[in-house]
Amino acid sequence: MSRRQIIVIAVVLLAACALPFVVSNYRTFQFTLALVYAIALLGLNMLTGYNGQISLGHGAFYAIGAYTTAILMDQYGVPYWATIPVAAAVCLVAGFLFGLPALRLEGLYLALATFALAVSLPALLKYHHLEHWTGGVQGIVILKPDPPFDLPINADQWLYFFTLAVTLLMFVLAWNILRGRMGRAMVAIRDQHVAAEAMGVHTAMVKSMTFGVSAMYTGVAGALGAIAIQFVAPDSFNIFVSIVFLVGIVIGGIASISGAIYGALFIQFVPNIADAISKAAPWAIFGIFLLGFVYLSPMGVAGAVRMAVVRLTRKAQNQAAKP
Amino acid sequence: MDEFLRQVLAGLATGGIYASLALALVMIYQATHLVNFAQGELAMFATYFAWSLIDAGVPYWPAFLLTVAFAFVLGVLIERVIIRPVENAPVLAVVVVFIALLVILNSVAGWIYSYTIKTFPSPFPEEPIFGKYITSHEGGAIGVTMVVLLLLYLFFRFTPLGLAMRAAAQNPDSARLVGIRVGWMLALGWGLAAAVGGVAGMMVAPIVFLDPNMMGGVLLYAFAAALVGGIDNPAGAVFGGFLVGVLENLLGAFVIGNELKLAVALVLIIGVLVVKPSGFFGKVLVTRV
Repeated sequence: MSRRQIIVIAVVLLAACALPFVVSNYRTFQFTLALVYAIALLGLNMLTGYNGQISLGHGAFYAIGAYTTAILMDQYGVPYWATIPVAAAVCLVAGFLFGLPALRLEGLYLALATFALAVSLPALLKYHHLEHWTGGVQGIVILKPDPPFDLPINADQWLYFFTLAVTLLMFVLAWNILRGRMGRAMVAIRDQHVAAEAMGVHTAMVKSMTFGVSAMYTGVAGALGAIAIQFVAPDSFNIFVSIVFLVGIVIGGIASISGAIYGALFIQFVPNIADAISKAAPWAIFGIFLLGFVYLSPMGVAGAVRMAVVRLTRKAQNQAAKP
Repeated sequence: MDEFLRQVLAGLATGGIYASLALALVMIYQATHLVNFAQGELAMFATYFAWSLIDAGVPYWPAFLLTVAFAFVLGVLIERVIIRPVENAPVLAVVVVFIALLVILNSVAGWIYSYTIKTFPSPFPEEPIFGKYITSHEGGAIGVTMVVLLLLYLFFRFTPLGLAMRAAAQNPDSARLVGIRVGWMLALGWGLAAAVGGVAGMMVAPIVFLDPNMMGGVLLYAFAAALVGGIDNPAGAVFGGFLVGVLENLLGAFVIGNELKLAVALVLIIGVLVVKPSGFFGKVLVTRV
């Protein structure tokens, strides 16, 4: 990392830590959700952006993570922090297993299969034989955790810091995965899968592993989201959750780690503003932004920022070079 | 036995609707090798148009024909304005555009007509006219589907325009060389697909009621139908539609219960894609690497 990148990250982190002391509790809650979305978008971006497998069904893994946490807390009295590794493990396995048949599907067909998964998910969650665990249509209500060790902050602020810590951990992990052997293999498969195979990349293993890791990220996000919202129900995990994630990675920036943050802020705060116009307005705006970004800025906000930085530094260098 | 027969016939009725929508998907797939995720929302939007006409006092059948025309124009416009620029773009961009289209149509319908559920009239009488096993709307829907399929068959088989459209879909380069305007043929294909989808929407609306999300499930069954029959084979899609309709109804009534009906579509889609991606009648794709 260059020195400038380190400075930028430090400033952003400081600002993120100061945030809950400056804004209201409700805003803090909204930023907590934005962090949750950032983790989910990072997961989807690994799969779709870096590995080129299109998923329109990541809402399903988000739901599995959320339900794992809710069931563990509600039925077995597990503390909230201990449910997150479990949700991660469950989604890793679920994603890996879904990734195995997905190996045979390319591009459009994988999009179709995952789309089907997302559309039929609410019906599966309502299934009456599972009602004992899932609570059926009513869903499950869980309690908001209190801050530990008598910290002088309220529950919203604590949850924000807890989520921030998990987010940091997940981002560092992703950064390490993506610049390492695994990440290179992922990109190689996306760009030229035949060549990648010829170079000795185990295509099937890497692809299903990516699916698993991606689902794990989304599951962790789902678990944190359930704790923040304190409620899970089948109808809150419809196809539009998956579509929101797609909106997030396209607008944030495909195959970009920082893009997950831009995308998360977009999908969290734009609907809030647009809701004032009409109930349908957020979706109309999502749709129009999707089209706009595909036509005008295919690399999303992250790509635009990168271009702007390059342009500005070049100008500065040119001016410095002139006597 | 009575119950069984009733379920089979009801399955054929919804199956006909799935068949129409599946046919619309296949028509677009054949021409462009794209799967139109917004096909269901296009049909929903056309159905709302029909509803507002009928609400304004237009009799059913004129409203029906006007809606078909409206859907056709909408389809052509969407192809020309929105799909054309991404025709040769990577798959992800195309999928994103389709999803954007889905979201926009859905929200515009919700904006104009609100999200409250509306009833949609059936053109067929209340009392059963096709015997005791089947309601007259179900019987009528089968009839309408059959007429649409027959008209499409006649159009593609016996008219010069139909021939040109088939040529443009099968071999765009050669078609262009003999003077067919391939771009316009694709746009016409989109228009026809949207019109057929609109008919499916108007036939299914009296059963599932009218709301902006009504086509979600139907689209899934149509995907399943198109895949079962082979996504590049129109006749296969029709067969798949009826098969999926009957299967869904029988399994729902006797085996797994109504709650898991949608899961049938999911299992069919993933099952067919994994085990036999070309479906029953599709061409087996061989890619050179």
